Amino acid sequence: MTRTARIALKVAVWGICLAPLTLLAYRAWTDDLGANPISFITNTLGDWTLRILLASLAMTPLRILFGLSWPITLRRLLGLFAFAYVCLHFAVWSVLDFFFDWPRMWADIVKRPYITMGMLALLSLIPLAVTSTTGMIRRLGARNWTRLHRLAYLAAVCAVLHYLWLAKVGVKDPYWYAAVLVLLLGVRGWEWGRRALRRRRDRAGAASPAVRPRAENPLS
Amino acid sequence: MLIRRAPRFTASDITDPKLYLSRRELISGAAAALAMAPALSAAAPPALQALSATRNAALSVNDTPTKAEAAMTYNNFYEFGVNKDDPSRLAHTLRPRPWTVQVDGFVNKPKTFDIDELTRLFPLEERVYSLRCVEAWSMVIPWIGFPLASLLKRVEPNGQAKYVEFTTLLDPNQFPGQKPGLFGSSLDWPYVEGLRLDEAMHPLTLLTVGMYGKVLPNQNGAPVRVVVPWKYGFKSAKSIVRIRLVSEQPKTAWEKAAPQEYGFYSNVNPAVSHPRWSQADERRLGEFRRRPTLPFNGYAEQVASLYAGMDLKKNY
Repeated sequence: MTRTARIALKVAVWGICLAPLTLLAYRAWTDDLGANPISFITNTLGDWTLRILLASLAMTPLRILFGLSWPITLRRLLGLFAFAYVCLHFAVWSVLDFFFDWPRMWADIVKRPYITMGMLALLSLIPLAVTSTTGMIRRLGARNWTRLHRLAYLAAVCAVLHYLWLAKVGVKDPYWYAAVLVLLLGVRGWEWGRRALRRRRDRAGAASPAVRPRAENPLS
Repeated sequence: MLIRRAPRFTASDITDPKLYLSRRELISGAAAALAMAPALSAAAPPALQALSATRNAALSVNDTPTKAEAAMTYNNFYEFGVNKDDPSRLAHTLRPRPWTVQVDGFVNKPKTFDIDELTRLFPLEERVYSLRCVEAWSMVIPWIGFPLASLLKRVEPNGQAKYVEFTTLLDPNQFPGQKPGLFGSSLDWPYVEGLRLDEAMHPLTLLTVGMYGKVLPNQNGAPVRVVVPWKYGFKSAKSIVRIRLVSEQPKTAWEKAAPQEYGFYSNVNPAVSHPRWSQADERRLGEFRRRPTLPFNGYAEQVASLYAGMDLKKNY
């Protein structure tokens, strides 16, 4: 991929990720947020957090399934946008909705499973955002960094549970997000399984070279 | 992925071509009639007819009514869809005339009322009630209607009548939300709600045909709904086609969907949380800060006696 194409791709991601925020700002400006603006803003920010988070988790499956490498270059940007949206989502909840009533919010966090899940998702994204820079990757070492960034799976699972558990009976949207998450994690699971199987086969092959007659395996 | 589902239609559901062709004639005829009436615009929603009523100040709250536009665009009416804007967006699919309401069950004089007859039967009153949704928001709405008790007295409930069951229209063509989606139906249709007979006979329980000085908009439950101001909003069934007096407690739609969350009584009660959120406070639409929720939504003085001796935590 050329440098120009890479830049174009990043610009496109910036544009797509900023569009919902711009639209929200425009609707706020034109007094078009509906009858319950706080709820509308909270829900919109939550929806887009989840969408962008799932998009960031879709980059690796694109490589696994179609052998594309360019999506990986967008993963960090998508992850950081998801973090930005979840921060705004939390800010609206704590400031506009509960107006700094921390005891009340804390009671909800510990008592309401869907809010617990939402907080967990937010908290697990913080270390990922902090260690997102190239310098941090170097300092942590690729291996540790990769391990730490598996928290993204936890964040996505918590975020989907947050939505599933807050929605009223009959509201089916959360199921779509859950289905996408299962698909994305499923692709990884399938890939891990395949790799583990191959490793085991290789090890088995390496452990018993004498059993196999040489003539049958001319290429080894 | 293979998803198994029961077929949505059977052969008997398929409309006879003759029938739908005749419907087409009817529609094209209607279109021609519309074309000849230049005053009518097909695009604009039909203007709501004004409805005159006498203000019942004694049974009205003093709070400022919510903007009519908010009350008409922020609705929970799953028959149209689960999103707040679905009802106002899809409202045109409902045809509130002609309409009849069957009133029967354990009564001496069962009768099916035409909606226009029903509207003229009793003097209409305007009452400003606060409406508290189970989702912790509230509105203040000037409703127009008459006490449900007036209608019930007319059909004469007999000794076996203990509860009143309300049924909303079942028609997926008029209520797109009644069509099942990929993940199934939102609720088990038709929508059924119920009250104890003494709750139904309470003077606050209003059979409602209008709001804000006009007939009910479709998205607010046209042509006739009930309003029970001391209970969470979902207890106030909309677009009612049948009112039945029964001896057993009706199995309501929300109870069937989530019995641990939506009880039969569902009286507004700040002390009893919804299992997933607090009911201690609410956001009044149009206000910035949450306000405390009052027991029985502020109607404790009038209705608390109905529940004397009852454990309201158990009978949520």
